[in-house]
Amino acid sequence: MADQQGDRNVEDLHLQSLTKKFGDVAAVDDLTLTIPAGSFFALLGASGCGKTTTLRMVAGLEDPTAGTIRIGDKDITGLRAFERPVNTVFQSYALFPHLDIFENVAFGLRRRGIKDVTTQVEQILDLVELGPMARRKPTQLSGGQQQRVAVARALINKPDVLLLDEPLGALDLKLRRQMQIELKRIQVDVGTTFVHVTHDQEEAMTMADTVAVMNKGRIEQMGHPADIYELPRTVFVANFLGQSNLFDGRRSGMSGDDILVDSHGLTFAIPSDRFFAEGEDAIVGVRPEKIHIADGADVDTVPENHNRVPGRVTDVSYTGVSTQYLVEAAWGQELGVFEQNVVVGDRCDVGDRVVLHWSPSHTFGLDPSGGSTVGVDTEVLALGALNARLLGDSAGA
Amino acid sequence: MVAVVPARGGQAAPQQVAQRSSRTGYLLLFPGLAWLAVFFAIPFVTLFLTSLQQPIPGKSGKYQFGLEFGNYATALSEYWELYLRSFVYAGIATVLALAIAYPLAYFIAFRAGQWRSLMLVLVIAPSFASFLLRTYAWKTILADEGWITSTLNALHLLPEGRILNTGIAVVAGLTYNFLPFMILPLYAALEKIDPRLIEAAGDLYASPQTAFRKVTWPLSLPGVVAGTLLTFIPAAGDYINAALLGSTGNRMIGNAIQINFIQFRDYPTASALSFMLMAAILVLVFTYIRRAGTEDLL
Repeated sequence: MADQQGDRNVEDLHLQSLTKKFGDVAAVDDLTLTIPAGSFFALLGASGCGKTTTLRMVAGLEDPTAGTIRIGDKDITGLRAFERPVNTVFQSYALFPHLDIFENVAFGLRRRGIKDVTTQVEQILDLVELGPMARRKPTQLSGGQQQRVAVARALINKPDVLLLDEPLGALDLKLRRQMQIELKRIQVDVGTTFVHVTHDQEEAMTMADTVAVMNKGRIEQMGHPADIYELPRTVFVANFLGQSNLFDGRRSGMSGDDILVDSHGLTFAIPSDRFFAEGEDAIVGVRPEKIHIADGADVDTVPENHNRVPGRVTDVSYTGVSTQYLVEAAWGQELGVFEQNVVVGDRCDVGDRVVLHWSPSHTFGLDPSGGSTVGVDTEVLALGALNARLLGDSAGA
Repeated sequence: MVAVVPARGGQAAPQQVAQRSSRTGYLLLFPGLAWLAVFFAIPFVTLFLTSLQQPIPGKSGKYQFGLEFGNYATALSEYWELYLRSFVYAGIATVLALAIAYPLAYFIAFRAGQWRSLMLVLVIAPSFASFLLRTYAWKTILADEGWITSTLNALHLLPEGRILNTGIAVVAGLTYNFLPFMILPLYAALEKIDPRLIEAAGDLYASPQTAFRKVTWPLSLPGVVAGTLLTFIPAAGDYINAALLGSTGNRMIGNAIQINFIQFRDYPTASALSFMLMAAILVLVFTYIRRAGTEDLL
């Protein structure tokens, strides 16, 4: 496949001030974005954040209220879906039930009157390892196989951009992992630009070169998955992409290159290039796996310059690879800590007094506008509230 | 020996259960079978036997048991033209009904939005009035002095100068009366089509026309087949439209059956005509379903 792509110069996808309004609500709000040719780009966000609408506008299935879509220098904003050099892998695959696998895959080629359909279809069915299934109907295939047919049906047209709308949503967890690797392999093989819409942050991080986190029709942060994860710039990103421990504080001074933030009677150091709060108020954040947990004599060995929070262990869950702790700080907030199970038998128990500590270089400072819970799954928030009420009730009785 | 006895008892028990469960199966089938026997098998056999009866000599209008297969030959030679006309009229009416119903069903299924239920009710609403009454209404609508006839006459579009008492009126009546039977199955088939499939066709370089031809139409075929059968079969056997809207030159096979039964009291001929109509329709339907490639619908 790679040599077939070679004779065709792939071009960047540009979205310029793209806006889509449904009534008064802006589903996509003044979005400007360049997706480099040949990259695997993920649009990540919760449902209703505008990611699918963006994708549908690129596909030509939705008309933008304002803005333009270009591929290289070519403006495709006014073109209808069937005139665009763009193909889509639909969320529920949308395979034609009355056609067999071969004809499903051949559909695009036949519409454009391309010759040697048979050779091309056989070739791509081999690529997705479905050659023997060519004469089956879509309903006779498993979910994973249908998914690969959908990818083949879109890819065979050698689009400038391949759009994937939650392509793995209907698969079970194990199959999804497998397909993530598979899709990434296909993308590397064919070199087409993939734009992947998903609400699954792990999926986005595993596959994409570039992740854009979307919220309320805008992009909150964009970059390499590792960069976004290590240094989230907004509370939404910190909560949505992975988990974060966040506490409210106020800026209190400087220490060398570090900004100091007072929070609940403790002082935290944050490198100034990891500090994004505009005013005096700031939110201190740290990822759970960056935190070390020290108990007993270990407390004396905590490095001098580390940020630290004393607390009491309230929950321990052993997951094999790691142990997850919940530690209650003096002000009642529970912090999550992931510790790798490197040393056998060195685990803390519920009720233990411990000191949590981590390097300032793993700390980040965020702007508090919007509060510290934006981006947290609403189900998780509701469960937390329920838990708190139940605990309150039992304490009362 | 002693050991054998309980062993036998033990074997007998599951056998009894098996017997009882098969008996339960027949018991459950009984209402359905009884219904079929009373309302289908008995009338069917009676009709067939009647079609073979012979007249009792000397007593006009009285018939007795016989195996007079000649009844069929006589009936066919006398009425073959009416069979032909029935199938032609019913065929034209079916094609017209399909042409009218498809866009309407398509609109209701994909575009009507919140009006969908209301429009479906409107499709069925005329059926609340009597079939006969509605056909009489068409007598007025298509009357010689009516505005439709005079307008078309002013444009010199009517070869016979009138609509009522011509084949056009009969076909129009058939089309109108059986239209709901075309719309409803078409709607049911179209409504089931996932709109994302049409989007996918567009995404794969199919223009809206091609997407219709390659995706929507093939997926709606079950509805087309069901609708055409539900329209064609009753239309081919209908006699009211021909009686009220046509002239003697437009008689259909239904009229011949009716006249033979009610006026001539020639029960064997009427029965033979009915039986042949049934057989002809069966043959036509099977050929049609073969052609449409929708055997799996049966």
